[in-house]
Amino acid sequence: MTTVNPAAAVQITGLQKAFGDLEVLRGIDFEVARGEVVCIIGPSGSGKSTLLRCVNLLEEPTAGQVYVGGVELTDPDVDIDAARRRVGMVFQQFNLFPHLSVLGNVTIAQRKVLRRSAEEADRIARDNLVRVGLADKVDAYPAQLSGGQQQRVAIARALAMGPDVMLFDEPTSALDPELVGDVLGVMRKLALEGMTMLVVTHEMSFAREVADRVVFMDGGVIVEEGPPSKVIGDPAYERTRRFLSRVLDPAAAEVEE
Amino acid sequence: MTEHAEAAPRLTRRQRRRLILGGEYGVFVVAVVLLASLANWGTLKTNFAEWRVAKTLFPDIITVGLRNTLLFTVTGFALGLAAGLVLALMRLSSVPPYRWFAIAYIEVFRGLPALLIFIFVGTGIPIAFPGVEFPGGVYGQAALALGIVSAAYMAETIRAGIEAVPRGQMEAARTLGMSHGRAMRSIIIPQALRVVIPPLTNELVLLFKDSSLALYLGVTLQQRELTKIAQDVTGQQGNTTPIVAAAICYLIITIPLGHLARRLEARQKRGQR
Ligand SMILES: Nc1ncnc2c1ncn2[C@@H]1O[C@H](COP(=O)(O)OP(=O)(O)OP(=O)(O)O)[C@@H](O)[C@H]1O
Ligand SMILES: [Mg+2]
Repeated sequence: MTTVNPAAAVQITGLQKAFGDLEVLRGIDFEVARGEVVCIIGPSGSGKSTLLRCVNLLEEPTAGQVYVGGVELTDPDVDIDAARRRVGMVFQQFNLFPHLSVLGNVTIAQRKVLRRSAEEADRIARDNLVRVGLADKVDAYPAQLSGGQQQRVAIARALAMGPDVMLFDEPTSALDPELVGDVLGVMRKLALEGMTMLVVTHEMSFAREVADRVVFMDGGVIVEEGPPSKVIGDPAYERTRRFLSRVLDPAAAEVEE
Repeated sequence: MTEHAEAAPRLTRRQRRRLILGGEYGVFVVAVVLLASLANWGTLKTNFAEWRVAKTLFPDIITVGLRNTLLFTVTGFALGLAAGLVLALMRLSSVPPYRWFAIAYIEVFRGLPALLIFIFVGTGIPIAFPGVEFPGGVYGQAALALGIVSAAYMAETIRAGIEAVPRGQMEAARTLGMSHGRAMRSIIIPQALRVVIPPLTNELVLLFKDSSLALYLGVTLQQRELTKIAQDVTGQQGNTTPIVAAAICYLIITIPLGHLARRLEARQKRGQR
């Protein structure tokens, strides 16, 4: 048994996940300190999303432990709904609730889960919408917003719950290129404010600039990790180098057999 | 030169189209004239549109017949909707016995004629369980029979609606700390119900028509719905006009409702894009 590090925001030990015969995560050990921003990079299918989804138990790990703020989420007796409130998650496809207005999206879980009063939920929602630069969109419906605006509402929705950790799974991959900057800007601000963040991304410039640490995954294991200057700037492994050359200069990539 | 002479009498495409269209209209006009001259207008009018008979229907056909038809339909629909929602959730449950029960119910009651259910409720239950009192008497029986019939259809419709809500919606709700049940109530079911409003409107039209089967429940004069009144008065007066009057009462409701269902459906299709 590894010792629990109560100072860590997220601690993962011996994490494995298989879908039937397909082993997607094959032993992940890894920690995120409070206030740290960690970017996870790696080729498609390497298990990045699965890792992130194991952190808030959207996927049930096959083996291993996940701790958030010292509480073991993989404990079968833990109140998973209570534990999840402390972990915000932002999805590639936004997943806003289309039948609710922007304000409704940001207040519903505050009201139903945290049992906040209507006024308090409303105030916190508006504060967080200001934070993501969408104070003027409170009454709009998701279908009336651009992808970038929807994603920022999704961030506000997660922030309104007051999470200790925020998970981002390729938050800009579904966006038109000119909208990516708005979302990354909000995330950068969040990082500066000291939020603990775990970000799966293909935006290397964001990782280089904002991340305290970059983790490169391939084939369900962590291949290497370290400061961005090291992992992105001067990777130790050939697999990392090959991946980075393909991401940074897609036109020059060689066709793989 | 000879080729040209042969080609000359052939019609152009436009001429041919005109000729065919003219022929079709001609046949139609001949058929109408023929039918109109053969029909015995006097007999038809006295049998199907006799004002004297129609007058005896009022106001009962509206204050009793249409009122009861609407009452049976609405209570049956409400019961069917509630039961259908429960069955749909059971059908999607992770607990196998619930699933089996829902599947069995849906398979059985979709496969039976509505009339058999009415006979079961009206005649079978009182024989099998002597002394059973239905709340509301015939009204309770009609609501139960219509509810039993429609619940099976509505369960399948609602299940499809729930399954049409993208998986990410449940994931987003759970990520915010909602329990499965809370996510269902606040996020999934409201979206599913929107999707199923058009098919449920169609189901309402079907129920409105099936409510006529209540005449097999053994109703008093004040409990008769449209069809029963039409049947009774037709028999008493020896005239078909009451059936026509009842038909008009049905169509006044079913045609607009059917149109509404199609409009809602079209709007939803547009909204999805
Ligand atoms: N629910 C599931 N059932 C079966 N297989 C799954 C499931 N979810 C993911 N997988 C498989 O697990 C592997 C890793 O998927 P994952 O989504 O974690 O990759 P990823 O690194 O996020 O890739 P991408 O960059 O394309 O998002 C893939 O081969 C995928 O097909
Ligand atoms: Mg992924």
